[in-house]
Amino acid sequence: MANIKTINKKSKAQSMGMHTEVLTGRTQQKFFNPDEAENFYYFGTYDVDFNKRTDLDVMNMSAPEANKEIDNLMSQGYGTIVIKNPQGKHSLGVGILNKLNLIFEGSLGYFGMGSCDGPIVRINGRVGWSCAENLMAGKVVIEKNAGSCFGAAIRGGDLICKGSVGARTGIDMKGGTIIIGGDAGAFTGFMMQRGRIIILGDVGINLGDSMYDGTIFVGGEIGSYGSDAVDSELTLSDQDWLRRKLKVAEIGEDFDVSKMKKIVAGKKLWNYDNLEPTEKKGAI
Amino acid sequence: MCGIAGLIHRGKSSNVGSELQGMLQALKHRGEDSTGYALYGDTEGKNFIMRFKVGENVGEGSSSVMEDVSVYDERKKIVDQTLAEMGAKIVKEERTLPYSLRYEIDFETKDLLDFSQRIESIPGVEILSMGKSLEVIKDLGNAKMVCERYSLDKLVGTHAIGHARMATESGVDIKSAHPFWGYPFSDVSVVHNGQLTNYWNNRRVLENKGMRFMSECDSELIAVYIAQKMREGASLEEGMKDSLSGLDGVFTYFVATKNSLGMAKDTMAAKPLVLYESDDLVAMGSEEIAIRSVLPHEIDTYDPFDGEVKVWQI
Repeated sequence: MANIKTINKKSKAQSMGMHTEVLTGRTQQKFFNPDEAENFYYFGTYDVDFNKRTDLDVMNMSAPEANKEIDNLMSQGYGTIVIKNPQGKHSLGVGILNKLNLIFEGSLGYFGMGSCDGPIVRINGRVGWSCAENLMAGKVVIEKNAGSCFGAAIRGGDLICKGSVGARTGIDMKGGTIIIGGDAGAFTGFMMQRGRIIILGDVGINLGDSMYDGTIFVGGEIGSYGSDAVDSELTLSDQDWLRRKLKVAEIGEDFDVSKMKKIVAGKKLWNYDNLEPTEKKGAI
Repeated sequence: MCGIAGLIHRGKSSNVGSELQGMLQALKHRGEDSTGYALYGDTEGKNFIMRFKVGENVGEGSSSVMEDVSVYDERKKIVDQTLAEMGAKIVKEERTLPYSLRYEIDFETKDLLDFSQRIESIPGVEILSMGKSLEVIKDLGNAKMVCERYSLDKLVGTHAIGHARMATESGVDIKSAHPFWGYPFSDVSVVHNGQLTNYWNNRRVLENKGMRFMSECDSELIAVYIAQKMREGASLEEGMKDSLSGLDGVFTYFVATKNSLGMAKDTMAAKPLVLYESDDLVAMGSEEIAIRSVLPHEIDTYDPFDGEVKVWQI
């Protein structure tokens, strides 16, 4: 990041007195201090007890009403919530920034479990487009199939679909792990920047197109490779990690991981070529 | 954005008018500028059913010009006269709205091209559908409004497709609303969600081959494209597979014929579709909530993959 102190020439805005603060880059950030943990408050979180369980029937609720009620139940200390009759509604379970054991008895529509940080979720049904978008941490397990843009832009956590998923799975993902028990559609891992995707079945065309970084493991056939996606050696360390991950994910425990293909970024795209070596290191 | 829905009962008939209304109403947030139904009813199969319009709905939100009802009456008279000249006998006549009519016609022909060209040469007249089972009903407003306006909830049949439209590429009017009849084929209809980017190139080619376009809506191209492929001898499925490379853009579309229902998804898989398939029913829609309106219990659904074409028979 540029340090404004080192720039002698003032911009027009500065000479007009429109800037009063001196920007000093990252030093402005206030980092978390463990010694001050008791003073730390994470907005929208509650102390919950996993043994305190309740059911919530959302049949006649809109998505905002259902989400508000989940928040209300967490504020009362419920740590395990079972959602009945989700009926494919959109945007259910979004924005949960809490430890929570959440179970959906049915399918979700678009944007289910979006922007969450921490909950453990099991969906006994299917999910529509953009499930768990921007997931920061936690675990989301889908027992059936999922739509397109599964796990778009996730930054952490484990996202597991036991069935098949649509196109653009893990698009723009920046961390975390996505595990698919069945097949995946076109453009899987499109522009992914970090994290790992595991697909036990076949995958469609343009796998890993324009990926910056990260790793994709495929157990079945690959339709075609996208721009700059290349094969890499599957190491013993990779195999160990895959076995452990599949076991924890309760999916494909007996799968022969030694035959999986490993796909990574070739890092030959223009953005890499146009960077100086030091900048390139920073970008990766 | 637009939403599409379709269902086919295999081996039995059902109240498809009411079922499709529920599915489309569940998708109304995807667009309610206009809503259209292509219903395949239980008919004797003897007479042709012609749904046509002699004017536009000029209600709130319409981009059409107001006309006097006497203009509609005059156009209707010319239609009646033209039918008589062609030897087509009107068996039953219904005028649901001043601009919208339904005729049952006793007429022997295998070539609807000449028939359609003569009817549509009358200014302001457009055939919405022609077939022995198919009826296309489309108008401004959401699914519930159109269903009530045309009393569609009691219509019994085997299959149906429909469309909830958010107008983006052309005007808010009936001529740009879906479904589109697969002119000049009897009982062929199409609904589409997406954008076609090589519309004008394809349109020029198809017009040179004698096909007609009634609107500037890009989705109409699919109906005409498939119809032309079928004219050249392709089956419905072959025509649909050919469209994956012939049509450029992003799309998910449904095509229905008297006995079948098909879906196609572009190679980018950029438009949504959720599908439920069982031995006696196939239901599909842009979102799962559409399917839930006819199957509220827990079911297994999935997203078809990129470049996928499927066709089901009744």
